[in-house]
Amino acid sequence: MSAVTSTAPKPMLSPAMMATVKVLGVFGAIALAIVLLVQSGAMPKGSIGHKVLAAPFIDMWDLPDLLVQTLWEGLVAGVLYALIALGFVLIFKASGVFNFAQGIMVVFSALTLVGSYEIMTQRMGLPTGVAVAILALIVAVATMFVLAWLVERIVLRPLVNQNEIIMLMATVGLTYFLIGFGEYVFGGNPKVMITAELGLPTGNTQFNILGGRVNIQHLDVAAAVIASVMIAGLAFFFQYTRIGRALRAVADSHKAALSVGISLNQIWVIVWFTAGIVALVTGIMWGARSDVSFALEIIALKALPVLILGGFTSVPGAIVGGLIIGIGEKMGEGYWGPLLGGGIETWLAYVIALGFLLFRPQGLFGEKIIERI
Amino acid sequence: MLHVSPQSTSAAIAKGEVLLNVENVSLRFGGVKAISDVSFDIRKGEVRAIIGPNGAGKTSMLNCINGFYFPQEGHITYKGVRRQKVRPHEAASSGIARTFQNVALFKGMSTLDNIMTGRLLKMKRGFLWQCLHWGPAQAEEIAHRETVERVIDFLEIQAIRKTPVGRLPYGLQKRVELGRALAAEPELLLLDEPMAGMNLEEKEDMCRFILDVNQQFGTTIALIEHDMGVVMDLSDRVVVLEYGRKIADGTPDVVKADQKVIDAYLGVAH
Repeated sequence: MSAVTSTAPKPMLSPAMMATVKVLGVFGAIALAIVLLVQSGAMPKGSIGHKVLAAPFIDMWDLPDLLVQTLWEGLVAGVLYALIALGFVLIFKASGVFNFAQGIMVVFSALTLVGSYEIMTQRMGLPTGVAVAILALIVAVATMFVLAWLVERIVLRPLVNQNEIIMLMATVGLTYFLIGFGEYVFGGNPKVMITAELGLPTGNTQFNILGGRVNIQHLDVAAAVIASVMIAGLAFFFQYTRIGRALRAVADSHKAALSVGISLNQIWVIVWFTAGIVALVTGIMWGARSDVSFALEIIALKALPVLILGGFTSVPGAIVGGLIIGIGEKMGEGYWGPLLGGGIETWLAYVIALGFLLFRPQGLFGEKIIERI
Repeated sequence: MLHVSPQSTSAAIAKGEVLLNVENVSLRFGGVKAISDVSFDIRKGEVRAIIGPNGAGKTSMLNCINGFYFPQEGHITYKGVRRQKVRPHEAASSGIARTFQNVALFKGMSTLDNIMTGRLLKMKRGFLWQCLHWGPAQAEEIAHRETVERVIDFLEIQAIRKTPVGRLPYGLQKRVELGRALAAEPELLLLDEPMAGMNLEEKEDMCRFILDVNQQFGTTIALIEHDMGVVMDLSDRVVVLEYGRKIADGTPDVVKADQKVIDAYLGVAH
């Protein structure tokens, strides 16, 4: 083997660059083919081929402001998807558990925040405002810590070393417990997120660019910034710190991790607490865009295609996957949705993920499973 | 996390004194008795071999010492402290490191990272410093990296420093696993079949490393091994288990001549 590789000429580009060049080449060829088809008259205006393959791109070209608006919305949605997916990746990496309850943790944490704010201002007579909102935030963070601790004690510890499917079922159980418990404590009615009280901006700004208007919500900017900072911080933390190394070690082999003196119990509490904080931030951001209700859980399931795209074990994968799904969804809805009567946003993500599954089952950044035989 | 360096837990034990004492330990899994009423000691600075036919309870014994199993009866006294239900991470922080029969490495991580995990317990900088990855935390990381590089030099695995261990051949994986245990600078090193599945040359290397660790660093070693030649050459004293019972204990020469041991290995009817 060494003889073969040493005589072969050195490749000019790294494999990753080669792949990028290949993908760009394929897209370029397709674009060229479409242009040729339209120009040669084989695909007349109004035909299905023209509607699907050409018209959307002509629209993008003609109305660049709309394109920027769509891209921006996709970006914001993508960052938030990435944040949800990150919650899944954290727990999956550290304990090999696919945490079905991540979605409900988003709802539950947001409900705790809003609910405790309501209780404090309405029943305890505290003044409304930033101070009490921050107090409610502290209560919510503390609740997520208690939840992480309880999950470790009651669910994970007794089930250590069990089959993955059993762990998954345990998190499904946890989901329904949290739904019931959340409804019991906070009621089933949708609540309004305390956006302004938390000091998050609420207005919007319009930009006149490219001969049109682009409308940007301040909240979206805040969401994108906060989520990006959080993702970057977590990625760094996992790669370069002692606890990060311990987490990766636990993810790889429980037995070996124990033998070098890592306490599984402690690591699990840390991971679930981190996932809880991620859930809380996600809950605040999504809750501010709609209501805080149990319906938010559906959004959390959007993390599934993101995970399939990015790989279950990769933090950068969660980010890139989130952006692809977010932008792909908004572009699809905006430019191709009308052809199918709209509403494709709800399922397009899953179709994109299915396409990926066919060609890269481990995701864009997932660890390739190498096994010696 | 409570970090206790092995030196601070109790007074240092001089060479030749009892480091770990196993008294009347019994371990059951449901109705199966894995270990019944076994007692022996491990003295500071020696190489202690645990041998016996398959299923004799050797690995179970190591698992009791390092806290994976809790024996139902009997006690284990380590450095003069009788332990009740010690957990693996507590055993590790009190200076017990180990390797496994079937290699247990972090397959996705590089050799360097794997060995660095052996230093986890020695890293003490707080959470915030860790997050900043700057100042004292960085200095600490560099200091530990130095120790790890020494371990890598000692085991002669410089060339595979950055290779993910999942890609390494079995013999080298075993060596990396030893490296991870050594990085913790243990007082007691438990080796579970360190030479299983190795060829002659690899075995000779491994023997050399084990002897060097014992002589240069004064590390006490308890090892399980099936290769009798290796056991007799390496160890100062040997304990022999069969069906969970101790049948012999003593220097290699004494054990070799023991009729019960000969019967056990030849499979004489009881």
